[in-house]
Amino acid sequence: MNIEQTDFYTQAILSMAALVGLTSFLMLGQGRLLRLIFVFALQGLLLTLTTALAAYSLNNPHLYISAVLTLVLKVIFIPWMLRREVLHMNMHRDIETLNNKTLVMLGGASLMVFSYYVLHPIVQTTSPAMLNALAVSLSVVLLGMLLMISHRQAIAHVVGFMSIENGLFFAAIVATKGMPMVVELGVAFDVLVAAVLFGIFFLHIRTSIDSLDVDLLNRLHEVDK
Amino acid sequence: MIAAYLVLLIPFFGIIYFAVSGHREDIGKLNVLLNGICLAATVWLAINVLNQGTILSSGKAFLIDPFNVYLIVLTAFVGFTTSIFSSPYMAHEKELGKLTDNRLKLYYSMYQGFMLAMYLVLTTNNMGMMWVAMEGATLATVLLVSLYRTPESIEAAWKYFILCGVGIAQALFGTILLYYAAVQVGNVENSLLWSVLYVNADKLNPEVLEIAFVFMLIGYGTKIGLVPLHNWLPDAHSEGPTPMSAVLSGLLLNDALYAVVRNKMLVDGASHSSMAGYLMMGFGLMSFLVAAFFLHRQKDIKRLFSYSSIEHMGIMTFSFGIGGPLATFAALLHMTVHSLTKSAIFVTVGHAAQVAGTQSIDKIRGLIKTQPRIGWGLLIGTIAIAGFPPFGVFTSEFLVLLATMHSYPWLTPLLLLGIGIAFAGLFRHIQPMVYGEKPEGQSPVKANLWPVIIHLGFVLWLGLAIPGFLANWFSQATLLISGSAPL
Repeated sequence: MNIEQTDFYTQAILSMAALVGLTSFLMLGQGRLLRLIFVFALQGLLLTLTTALAAYSLNNPHLYISAVLTLVLKVIFIPWMLRREVLHMNMHRDIETLNNKTLVMLGGASLMVFSYYVLHPIVQTTSPAMLNALAVSLSVVLLGMLLMISHRQAIAHVVGFMSIENGLFFAAIVATKGMPMVVELGVAFDVLVAAVLFGIFFLHIRTSIDSLDVDLLNRLHEVDK
Repeated sequence: MIAAYLVLLIPFFGIIYFAVSGHREDIGKLNVLLNGICLAATVWLAINVLNQGTILSSGKAFLIDPFNVYLIVLTAFVGFTTSIFSSPYMAHEKELGKLTDNRLKLYYSMYQGFMLAMYLVLTTNNMGMMWVAMEGATLATVLLVSLYRTPESIEAAWKYFILCGVGIAQALFGTILLYYAAVQVGNVENSLLWSVLYVNADKLNPEVLEIAFVFMLIGYGTKIGLVPLHNWLPDAHSEGPTPMSAVLSGLLLNDALYAVVRNKMLVDGASHSSMAGYLMMGFGLMSFLVAAFFLHRQKDIKRLFSYSSIEHMGIMTFSFGIGGPLATFAALLHMTVHSLTKSAIFVTVGHAAQVAGTQSIDKIRGLIKTQPRIGWGLLIGTIAIAGFPPFGVFTSEFLVLLATMHSYPWLTPLLLLGIGIAFAGLFRHIQPMVYGEKPEGQSPVKANLWPVIIHLGFVLWLGLAIPGFLANWFSQATLLISGSAPL
């Protein structure tokens, strides 16, 4: 397939997929929390643009609503909440040293290849462009998990968690032109509640261990030491 | 259909009422009342289904068939009896100074929130809504796990939140793939409705559905507590308030398994290979065996019984994986008896921990001498859960064994071994706790053991003779899931 022969919408979706994948990699190697949050907001913005684009090209007005929801939740509310937390804890000057940065990045790359491998059977039912978009969204999900594994700060965990949601959302938009409205509203509601709960948890963790480093949460074992 | 709406509206009202109303002394009794009305509504719903067969609501948003209606009644029943237990229990915790009025309000509000999420998982016809409700159940219970605000409980809640949140995200990816497969064959509007998907299952692309099922099993499997994904479960059970452990073990795990089985029915219809079944058998057997070994090493009584829950969920997953009519019947029966027995055990464990003032197994001693009813309740509950005749768990485990011997005879020794190890693991801890001299200064607490007596009575009844209407009901559900009747 030659990419110049596809229609504008497909080309745009492919570039968006590439950019979303790129932001995931940027987050993965990021040691500074404020920059991490900024890149996360950027990913949310790309997602909003993709949704709006899909709404416009497919003439599907309910997608505009989800575009607005994404904008409010993922670009404004959650980054604002996380940023406030970082400033409050005076962590904006800290640089988290990541162990094995090279290995993590290599792992990220292999996860991407793995996503293509897993989803390859889908190619018989659809165009290669769709395979690209779906594989990128799966890899965003997996990269979000890797982000959570490799970082120690609770804030980075929340960013990873939310970027997993971003990947799922991207898959829903490009592969199925958006889930039914009721489901999308439900998912957005869950994300909102999760974000509020994370805020509450930051408070609790702070008062209990006076830090947001989750490696210090290590009291519960399988057996006594 | 009115009954189904009622079942959903009452907890919804409960969440809001408990959240906004001022503090009141009888808040626990009110919770019992709400759950009681819900139970009555579900029984009414069940009678409707028994008379008319499957009910589909007018907008096709809700589907009540023999498979989920019995789980709905079970959910309401366990929710009701646990609320009876939780009322004096939470009042006692408040007297000990562990809780404030506001946290008590949060507890009751989220109790209703959890019940609403459970009813929604069971009644909804929309696979997307099922996911939303499942995630909602995590969100409702996560603050309850950290209710005591000790460092341990906050750690457990954080772990629960992150693990279940990430895990269940996989299930959403699976649901998106399912929707993707459905959009390609049919109209877009109804493509996530289970009833529509089920009828058209043979038209769906089998490869896509198989990939989707892997994601769903991992996602919902995190909530079932299947073994490599079970880490959150013992922590969340041991650190949260005991009524929460009872409903988590008795209801949440069942409902997650229900979601997996619903998806398995679609995949089986599409692919005609046994891939979904093999996956469930593998995960189930592994969970069962690993949890049986872990029982031996526990120091905390609630962790002990949460591992026992993992073990039993493993048996059910395995049995649904085998998939024949006998195995499916056994799994349905096991779901029922396990949730009744396990919630009864958690009720007694809660009181036992209050008697001893600790959850540490080494320090709980002489329960029968201190308070005979609690001691005997715990002992009989453990006998029931370990699978002794004449209790219902024996019947269902026996049927699972029979089905295994029939289909995969070489797996039978593994099952027998696991049951033996689990039995030893439970009894080496239980025996010193219930028998023996009571330690100095240990005194009885105010306890309401009616939930335990009723639950264990039902389990005994199911073990001796399954009542006709219930057997008929299980048969209908088995017919629906496996395609043929068991008897």
